[in-house]
Parts: sequence; C-alpha cells; structure tokens
Amino acid sequence: MNTRSQVLLWGAQRISAMLLAVCVIVHLITIIYAVRNGLSASEILGRTRGSVAWGGFYALFVMAVAVHAPIGVRNICAEFGWRGRGVDVLMFVLALTLAMWGLRAVWAVVS
Amino acid sequence: MNTLKVKIWRGTETGEFQSYEVPRLESQTVLDVVTYVQRRLDPSLAYRFACRVGVCGSCAMSVNGVSRWTCRTHVSKVAQDGSLEIAPLRNLPVIRDLATDMSEFFDKWAKARGQFTGSKTRKDDFAAVNPESKERKRVDAAIECIGCGVCYSSCEVVTWKPDYLGPAALSRAWTLVNDVRDVAQKERLAAVAGDAGCHACHTHLNCTERCPKGISPTAGIAGLKRAILSATLKGEM
Repeated sequence: MNTRSQVLLWGAQRISAMLLAVCVIVHLITIIYAVRNGLSASEILGRTRGSVAWGGFYALFVMAVAVHAPIGVRNICAEFGWRGRGVDVLMFVLALTLAMWGLRAVWAVVS
Repeated sequence: MNTLKVKIWRGTETGEFQSYEVPRLESQTVLDVVTYVQRRLDPSLAYRFACRVGVCGSCAMSVNGVSRWTCRTHVSKVAQDGSLEIAPLRNLPVIRDLATDMSEFFDKWAKARGQFTGSKTRKDDFAAVNPESKERKRVDAAIECIGCGVCYSSCEVVTWKPDYLGPAALSRAWTLVNDVRDVAQKERLAAVAGDAGCHACHTHLNCTERCPKGISPTAGIAGLKRAILSATLKGEM
C-alpha cells in the first residue's frame, strides 16, 4: 500500500473515532433510558420501526465501526509482523462483513 | 562504609547480570557508579560517556528498568533498597555490556530527512526569523534534543515495529518542518508519513515522559500527522 493510502487510512480512522465517540454516548444513554421499565422487543421496535432518525443514526454508527475496526486490526497485525497485501485484502473483507451485518440488523429493527 | 549493591549487564544480546558492591557517596550519579566499577573492580566493562554534564547524549542506559541519562541521574533518585540494576538501552543492538550500536537510531534521522536543506548562499543576507512566530516557538520546544536515545529505548512502537522511525527522528523532522528557511518540506513530509513513520505512533507518551531534556516528541509527531493529512487532502503528496 502506498504512503498516501496509509495516510488516508489514518485520517479515516481518526474521523470514524470521533463519530464513534458521539455514537457510543448516545447509544449508552439510549440503553439506560430503554431498560428503565424492563426490556421488551415490542418496546424497542415501537421506538425504531419507521424511524428515519434512529435508522440514520444506527446506519452511521455501523459505518463508523466498519471503517474504524478493520484499520485498527490492520495496525495490530502489522505490530505482530503480519503485513502486506494479504492482510489488506482480509481487512477490506472484514470491513464489508461488518457493514453488511450491521446494516442488516439496522434494517431489521427499522423496516 | 555504606555500600550500594549494583547489578550490571555483561555480554551482548545474550549474557547475564553481574553483581558488584560500590561505596555509596554523597551526590553520586549512576555514571559515577559505572565508572567506579570499570576503574576499580572490572576494567573489562564496556560503557560509553563523554561530557558527564548532560550535553553529549552518550551515557544513556537502562537503570532499574527505566532509560535515563546516567550522568545527571543521582543514585538517591533511582536506587531501590540500596540497589541498582544497570542494563544497556532497549531497542538497540548491544555491542558489549552497556554499549549499544546507535547506527540504526541515527540512520533513521537521515531517513526522516533530518538534514536542513537551505536555498541561500553565503552571499545572501541572514534570514530573519521572528522569535515570537508560531513556527519558531515550535522549533524552540524541540531543538534541544541531545540524541541520547532515551526516547527510542522507551518507545513500545519501536519494539513492535523495528522499521518505525522513532520519536527522536520524527521530532527532529518536526523542527525542520517549522524551519521557514528549509526548502525540502514536501520531501520531508513524504519521508515521515505512513505506517513506518509518524502515523505508527500510538501516543503512549513514553518518549515525553522519559526525555531528560523535557521535550515532547509526541507533540511533534501529532503536528506531523496533522500537517501530512492536510497536505494529502490538498493533493500535495
């Protein structure tokens, strides 16, 4: 991978980290609020179904995870001596997998 | 007489600690202890020093597990239960005993384009640099580096990634990035960017914690990261 791409990956990880910081706080507050009267599927779905705002928020959260986590795992791999095209391709697959699973879960509670 | 129990690394990459007893003196430095051992107890001990006053950066060693400049480290500050364990710096090949091979450390300064590249000749007038300018203040914050290798020895990222340029070389590059007279900025930013450059830094701050001159290479590395991302987004890299 060329230096320019390495720099852009670093930038993407920083920006996704900023998004995650906000998303995790909102998510934690939501959890505390959601379980105040016990937790039920109907209550969750009642809040999320048809909600563009919750759908958009969690889609953004998922995309931030899909960008952030594989870049971090790539760095960890590099420090354990595993570098090169093989690990880059694998991390790209990991990013796609996280995005696909996450967005599928968001779609399931919003649609 | 009050004595100090001292263990000193003997050997190369393989070897063992040998124990010595050294008289405890007032205002004694760790370098005084090593010198006593070499002059009075075991002349075969290899170690390196020159100025003895914190200027040359030759005498850094690991003392009770922490990299330090030994000429300005008082025994009273670091001895634990009247004992010292003195080893060569980490992250560098050991030549013998307490002397490490610093070639790689300084080669990385060159790789990070740590050389000043000017455009003026001796016929030109002096460059005027305002001491109050933002750039000059950033240079001031990092220019007193003595190249002792304490930061490099303390850096976990260097341990994990041996090709990482390391805190000292990157901090040097940062002083030149802020040198308004230098004309090789683009090449320098390219040399210090990426996975083996400043972007490998995890901001552990070990270098900043340990630097005997109170420099924060971490701050310089953060500056490099920002400058490089900005140059990349502008299409200059």
